[in-house]
Amino acid sequence: MRVGVITFPGTLDDVDAARAVRHADGEAVALWHADHDLKNVDAVIVPGGFSYGDYLRAGAIARFAPVMREVVEAAGKGMPVLGICNGFQVLCEAHLLPGALTRNDRLHFVCRDQWLRVENNETAWTSRYDRNAEILVPLKSGEGGYQADESTLAELEGEGRVVFRYVGGNPNGSRNEIAGITSANGRIVGLMPHPEHAIDALTGPTDDGLGIFLSLLDAVVSA
Amino acid sequence: MARVVVDVMPKPEILDPQGQAVANALPRLGFDGITSVRQGKHFELEVADDVDDAALAKIAETFLANPVIEDWVVTRIDA
Repeated sequence: MRVGVITFPGTLDDVDAARAVRHADGEAVALWHADHDLKNVDAVIVPGGFSYGDYLRAGAIARFAPVMREVVEAAGKGMPVLGICNGFQVLCEAHLLPGALTRNDRLHFVCRDQWLRVENNETAWTSRYDRNAEILVPLKSGEGGYQADESTLAELEGEGRVVFRYVGGNPNGSRNEIAGITSANGRIVGLMPHPEHAIDALTGPTDDGLGIFLSLLDAVVSA
Repeated sequence: MARVVVDVMPKPEILDPQGQAVANALPRLGFDGITSVRQGKHFELEVADDVDDAALAKIAETFLANPVIEDWVVTRIDA
């Protein structure tokens, strides 16, 4: 399993994302923002950080990076894509996922371990979880408030496309306590919290996040 | 060359915590009577004469603003 991990100028969490891939017995393949090909990877992770300094809007400039043109094309053919934190913002800006992420409602940068409920375990990235399992992973973001119009929210809820929901209070003003969503085909997932920081009890609060990367292994092997 | 201004504002139904924080600070600073503040972005573009309104609208809609959460207005400023 070859998993591309994109680095934009300002990306922070590419190293941990690559480490998480290796923990799941995958091969992490470094992709640079200026690359015009995806190096034959089976899936792509758009990691967290502050791509292009979050100038204009978080993810707004990364969306136009050469490598994202390839990601959008590959996603259209069903390649699994995961966006974490800033990566989620990039996927929304690229219209691979609906909605947008906005400034946290109380303006504070939130940095803490956060409980999430896995409400959809039929995506390419969540099959290893039990439905409604609760997992504890770090959340660290200043613009994590998920926003979408009413019809989009109704569609996401109606189709079971809310994958992760915050448990124990809404940390950032996200509509419907949404922490992560998926595309209609269940191949693209974006979430604000950081499963790649919770793959090993030595370095994270839990190893609850590892299931994301093991799920991908199953999805790629069965494809 | 022409000067073009693009104003980008959060949609009315979108919570604007930054604007609220400014509004909440005003009374503390002794400025009373301000009931609401919305915070947006103001872009000033120097534009060649052959850039038409459709191109400017596309720039605003696809890049300077995110239409999911923001409204935008393009204004040409006469020299």
